[in-house]
Amino acid sequence: MENTLRQKARELLEKGEVKVVIGYGWNKRKTHTTPVFITKPQDVEKLIFNPLCVNNLSLYLTRKFPDIKALGKPAIVAKGCDIKTIAVLISESQLKREDVVILGMSCNGVVYKQELWKGELKPEIMPTKCHNCDVRNPHIADIIIGEKVNFTPPDTPAGMVFDKIRELDKKSNSERWDFWIEHFNRCIKCYACRQVCPLCYCERCIAEKNMPQWIETSAHPRGNLAWNLKRAMDLTGRCTFCGECERACPVNIPLNLVNQKLALVVKDAFGHKAGYDEKVHPPMIVFNMEDTEDFIK
Amino acid sequence: MSEHTQHEHSGFEPKIVAFVCNWCTYAGADLAGTSRMEYKPNVRIIKLPCTGRIDPLFIIKAFEKGADGVLVSGCHPGDCHYTTGNYHARRRWIAFKSLLEFTGIDMKRLHFSWVSASEAIKWVDLINNITDEVKKLGPFMEYKNLNV
Repeated sequence: MENTLRQKARELLEKGEVKVVIGYGWNKRKTHTTPVFITKPQDVEKLIFNPLCVNNLSLYLTRKFPDIKALGKPAIVAKGCDIKTIAVLISESQLKREDVVILGMSCNGVVYKQELWKGELKPEIMPTKCHNCDVRNPHIADIIIGEKVNFTPPDTPAGMVFDKIRELDKKSNSERWDFWIEHFNRCIKCYACRQVCPLCYCERCIAEKNMPQWIETSAHPRGNLAWNLKRAMDLTGRCTFCGECERACPVNIPLNLVNQKLALVVKDAFGHKAGYDEKVHPPMIVFNMEDTEDFIK
Repeated sequence: MSEHTQHEHSGFEPKIVAFVCNWCTYAGADLAGTSRMEYKPNVRIIKLPCTGRIDPLFIIKAFEKGADGVLVSGCHPGDCHYTTGNYHARRRWIAFKSLLEFTGIDMKRLHFSWVSASEAIKWVDLINNITDEVKKLGPFMEYKNLNV
């Protein structure tokens, strides 16, 4: 699989079809994977692919990284879940489909955190998204690398994140409030969730605007709640559950819960699942005359 | 949520913030005024061009600044001055309402309605009902406690 990947990457670079290949490589001690940017054909040996390749590299296709854009047309090594994010970026006109070469990787799942890796991929160390994955064989790709994977996701979403959502749904308002305030109170406003999210690409974030100050900058419970609600709201119908925000959070706020809750709401209310079709508009920029209004008096 | 709010609030007057659109609900409230209809004075009206202009942050900010209840109101579907603003707003509210519910905010504190320019009576009833409902709930102590 890695050899095919390197061969395809070399071909693309030698032919000049792409100027840079964005992929995964080892760190110096070969314990963790790290993003690599290959611009010369002789460097393709650095490319790897294994269950430690958890990062969502589509982040590097956004306008957050103008110096990577300046390199020229990219090819990107992407798992099915990363391709979902690329599809959303294309549907939001952040990228043209023909301006990126997607090297889709067949995937058997990744680890939740690289530290958990003990040389074997067990279901216990896989994130919820992998247990519910219906894109283990990439759905949008120029070149598919790896053998076809046979995996059927469960009909109802299973795994820790969805179990916890169902558990919270059953609780009372005050229990839910206490749960979230306890978590949000830990927020230190580092904005790692925003920086790592491939879909948070505004050039100027509302959190940085101060006339008026919509979101307080100090790590105070009031501003923390406002920030986390705003972040979740802006990802409504767009979040593809790559899980990078929760993975990046230094204080372990369960951001996947709130993102996936909204994804479930959007699926029920508007019948939309983010990231499956790059030609469909995101649900929050369109409307349907028949949208429910049972809550409007 | 009520266990947080069980303290003496006799004589408590709730603060209700109403985000209304310029063309329908504001005109409806204006009609109620010019018709000399009386309604509860707890409501603070904020006029915006259209419900589509109402960012979820407005509602969060209202609660931060001490509102006990929030009302969002605009033109009936099909009547929007800008043709489709209220359809977009409706979609946003569906998601935002679910988000706030999931965070544990009582939906008796956040109300949505359509009030047209001729529905002064509907406006009066709406404000009276919301005020009574929020009065029963008491001050929004959960949110106010975040300010400490």
